[in-house]
Amino acid sequence: MNLTSLTIGRARDGLRRKAFKARELAEAYIKAMAAARPLNAYLVETPDRALEAAAQTDARLQKGEALPLDGVPVAVKDLFCTEGVETTAASKILGGFVPPYESTVTANLWRNGALMLGKTNLDEFAMGSATITGARGPTENPWRRRGDNRPLVPGGSSGGSAAAVAARAALAATGTDTGGSIRQPASFCGIVGLKPTYGRCSRWGIIAFASSLDQAGPMTRDVRDAAIMLQAMAGHDPRDSTSAPVPVPDFEKAVGQSIKGLRIGIPKEYRLDGMPKEIEVLWQRGIDWIKAAGATPVEISLKLTRYALATYYIIAPAEASSNLARYDGVRFGLRVPGETLDAMYENTRGQGFGAEVRRRVLIGTYVLSAGYYDAYYLKAQKIRTLIARDFAEAYRNCDAILTPTAPSAAFAIGEKMDDPIAMYLNDVFTVPVNLAGLPGISVPAGLSQDGLPLGLQVIGKAFDEETVLRVAAVLEDAAKFDATPALATGLA
Amino acid sequence: MALDKATVARIAALARIKVPEAELDALAGELSKILTWVEQLNEIDVTGVEPMTAVAHARPPLRADGVTDGGIRDKILANAPETTNGFFVVPKVVE
Repeated sequence: MNLTSLTIGRARDGLRRKAFKARELAEAYIKAMAAARPLNAYLVETPDRALEAAAQTDARLQKGEALPLDGVPVAVKDLFCTEGVETTAASKILGGFVPPYESTVTANLWRNGALMLGKTNLDEFAMGSATITGARGPTENPWRRRGDNRPLVPGGSSGGSAAAVAARAALAATGTDTGGSIRQPASFCGIVGLKPTYGRCSRWGIIAFASSLDQAGPMTRDVRDAAIMLQAMAGHDPRDSTSAPVPVPDFEKAVGQSIKGLRIGIPKEYRLDGMPKEIEVLWQRGIDWIKAAGATPVEISLKLTRYALATYYIIAPAEASSNLARYDGVRFGLRVPGETLDAMYENTRGQGFGAEVRRRVLIGTYVLSAGYYDAYYLKAQKIRTLIARDFAEAYRNCDAILTPTAPSAAFAIGEKMDDPIAMYLNDVFTVPVNLAGLPGISVPAGLSQDGLPLGLQVIGKAFDEETVLRVAAVLEDAAKFDATPALATGLA
Repeated sequence: MALDKATVARIAALARIKVPEAELDALAGELSKILTWVEQLNEIDVTGVEPMTAVAHARPPLRADGVTDGGIRDKILANAPETTNGFFVVPKVVE
């Protein structure tokens, strides 16, 4: 049996039946992780730590005291602080930073028995849609176009996590999603990616990008696994006042439940001019699938969709410019000396930030500066109110919303790199969900004409991940997506 | 909105980021392009609309105003580029 081909659900059953040991599962993934090195998905590998945790799992299994995620080898986006393990957000400015504390989400995973394989690559400070802006180079997508061996991007910013899960070099991974950074790479890599409702997971110990938009979530091989992972990751944390004090339901129970009678919104504004035909065909197929399962598609209007990206590119950089003020060469990370304190700050930040981060910090500084605050930042916040209102209005008439995840399949490394706005368009379908703070999932639904995965997105009401998972599982069942990437090193 | 070189230099100074003189022109071009693109937002009437300042779908709870940690000076200093006698070290700020 190839242990790396199992889902969490199956691995859990196998471990409890004693078909194999947690040590064997961990060893299989450590081997796959090493074989996947050419993809540059992992920035740090922690095999010893994984084996040690696996030994503890085996001891628990022996006593029949299994934890919910016992023995599950997980990759962690390098935006989550991990105690004693270097955490850099793929930025030069955090080079060598070893957190003295553990993020709440990862601590929740370890408490539930999961084990860490390593830390995965991302766009610097999660600012990007292709995992190409990090200080340690791009991550490659394990997929290839049919008959074309050029390396493709895995999407971003959680591209290392997506590539690792797709290559079978991790059983599951954590990601973070500020404007689509879980869902878009999930779509590009043919896996499931779930962005929970804002406040569902604690942000404590996650390196901040845009605090009113950032949310952690799971990246997995199937919808059930996303539910199992979210169960362990979610919950109120007194150390993050924006993490919601609401009960965490049994997410796995939602998977497999009928969607008969549900009304599924189809936003007419998501039919973009110039959208590739194959994306439109995929979307229509999704609509047919939910209809066949007894749900009713209803046309809805999200009027401000086309303004969401511009709104996001004011709000996110504004928050980033404030959050990234802490990188000053004094308390952690890089210091580049200077004659005065200000010169030291300027030298450190000048050399420590890459081009995209610098661009966004400057935009953010500008839109918050005296004389421009009202025209840009305040205006964007008001439009954000209207965008959230659009969703609230739509939900009076439907239970969930179905859209494509991204306007294209994965593109080649090097494409879209000299035009920031072309890159930003990747997130046109995902950004509105973050602005409104809603849950959304990407499910692999088919292949493009040249053989690359394409995802469909299900958006839910606030704190209604259960309906999102229900609809996603129906799409998954209908799509029967079983293609594997060319470079699935874990299966080799 | 087109930004000139001097404005970019001013923003960079506000953000405490050193930008080499030779890069200012190109950067002004990039930033201007983004700012021109976001100007599409002027098409929307926001009269009477409240700004969204928090996303919270659930009311944030109050917590006790108490000390929850401390006594971890060495842990806090462990990542600092330069320390002495239990303090961070910075360039001289007072003559």
